[in-house]
Amino acid sequence: MDIQNLTIKTAHQHLKNKDFSAVELTEAFFQNAEKKNKEINAYVEIFGDYKKQAELADKVIADGKISPLTGIPLAIKDNMLIEGKVATAGSKILDGYVATYDATVIKKLKATNVVFLGRANMDEFAMGSSTETSCYGPTKNPHDILRVPGGSSGGSAATVAMDGAIAALGSDTGGSIRQPGSFCGVVGLKPTYGAVSRYGVMAMASSLDQIGPITKTVEDAELLFEAIQGHDSMDSTSATEEIKKTYTRESKQKYTIGVPTDFVYTPGVDKEVLDNFKISLEKLKDQGHKVKEISLPNLKYSLAAYYVIMPAEASTNLARFDGVRFGLLKESDTLFSDYAKTRGVGFGKEVRRRIMLGTYVLSSGYYDAYYNKAVSVRNIIKSDFKKAFNDVDIIATPTAPTPAFKIGEKTSDPLQMYLEDIFTVPVNLAGIPAISVPSGFVEKKGKKLPFGMQFLASHFQEKILFEIGKDLESQNK
Amino acid sequence: MKIHFYKCSDSGNIIGMIELKEIDKLVELSRVEMTTEEKKEIQKDLESILGYISEIQEVVTDSVGSPEERMGVLRNVMREDNNENEEGLYTDKMIKSAPKSEKGYIKVKKIL
Repeated sequence: MDIQNLTIKTAHQHLKNKDFSAVELTEAFFQNAEKKNKEINAYVEIFGDYKKQAELADKVIADGKISPLTGIPLAIKDNMLIEGKVATAGSKILDGYVATYDATVIKKLKATNVVFLGRANMDEFAMGSSTETSCYGPTKNPHDILRVPGGSSGGSAATVAMDGAIAALGSDTGGSIRQPGSFCGVVGLKPTYGAVSRYGVMAMASSLDQIGPITKTVEDAELLFEAIQGHDSMDSTSATEEIKKTYTRESKQKYTIGVPTDFVYTPGVDKEVLDNFKISLEKLKDQGHKVKEISLPNLKYSLAAYYVIMPAEASTNLARFDGVRFGLLKESDTLFSDYAKTRGVGFGKEVRRRIMLGTYVLSSGYYDAYYNKAVSVRNIIKSDFKKAFNDVDIIATPTAPTPAFKIGEKTSDPLQMYLEDIFTVPVNLAGIPAISVPSGFVEKKGKKLPFGMQFLASHFQEKILFEIGKDLESQNK
Repeated sequence: MKIHFYKCSDSGNIIGMIELKEIDKLVELSRVEMTTEEKKEIQKDLESILGYISEIQEVVTDSVGSPEERMGVLRNVMREDNNENEEGLYTDKMIKSAPKSEKGYIKVKKIL
């Protein structure tokens, strides 16, 4: 079995044609995952019952009830709940926590009889851009093991890049699906806010979080997205069909792609990244798409606004981890000191840093200057995008300002790490969808490091992203 | 990127030094125990991060649109108050997750 070239789409065909069974397919991916994981550390656990799940899928196939995802082995980020399985979000504070229910995305995938092969490593509570803050140790980039896979869904992206799963689920608060997608040479989609239910995913920043697929091809991203999206009454921010209808746009053959030039061409972005970006734009022009320079004057404030809103929401969400209801408990003399000790020991350094920052910007005296101001800036950025999408169908930027960096290179300076998200955070602030598509490689010390190109569309226009993504993909084959 | 950062921190106008006293207060508010050494480290990190995020102060937000446009519109999502779950249906499962429990209750230290 040539697992390297199997996609959701092609594996489905083979399963349908009975070329191999779901058990055989899963076993092949399991064997490879076991072998590669020793070096890469993409999985924090491979589930013991993978074969049982695959047998169930084979039964469904034998009954003629195969659907596009039946029997497909997937990796799930460690912050999504699968009933009966451990889920820790890469944090010591959730040591040994067993999920008591299924996240909505998991429920939907179970209904199609996918195979959950294991849970993927991540930055602790999704706070990071390199998967180095996990309590399970860093994940390595399958393209160069001295480098990071990106983050926070670095484990998910690495499982796909090392052929340890056909596809994976990640979550994206400020770029956590797209940037690892870019670093690992795979496709990553951050759906429109509200398109996919957040029920059962551990919340980091509730107004920004969204679950999405990490896959080898754009077509696969579309298939997996279709399977997990949809309204859910368990998530009050989930969008109904009625809401979605108010956002319809006409379908086109050729698109106008906007490039926010002053935002993209700034100091700090690698020359190789910009060169690759220019080449990719030329390729899209060759296919008949139009490229237009646009101005988004407030986009440069996105990262600053993000680093107010995200820690504010995260510090609030993480208040529930107190050693009382789940996970770790470190006892002291009083209940208050039980809380403080448990949280002091259970949370890692970056999480503690963001809790402090969030508490600061929300504390009285600073609330207006930081939190309220950031919310206003966020709304201005939103309206900038709205105006831009009157003129163009798609906006393009590089996904990340650099290719994969070395392990340990940015851990000592949190701001340098935060700047990795410069191109991805505006998308989460505006709630629009974006996709990262592999766009080539740069050779460094004999290793080929992938680049990603990011496409942004207006609310609920994932379809446009899949179309343009496929066009770029076809040029790079 | 570095260049960008330095430019921003120079223009930060409301940020001065954060005193260790303020860090103590944050530690208390957030219930995260820390050593003095770590507090000093956090103090340094926060100063640098706040220097960067203070660039949002430059954005003129007052002249743009109505307050709703500036602050966004919130909508309530309500549901009928039906008790759909049978009492105790999930109790065992939930209690099992707690580090300490007794007779179907989560156990904590004396509060009063």
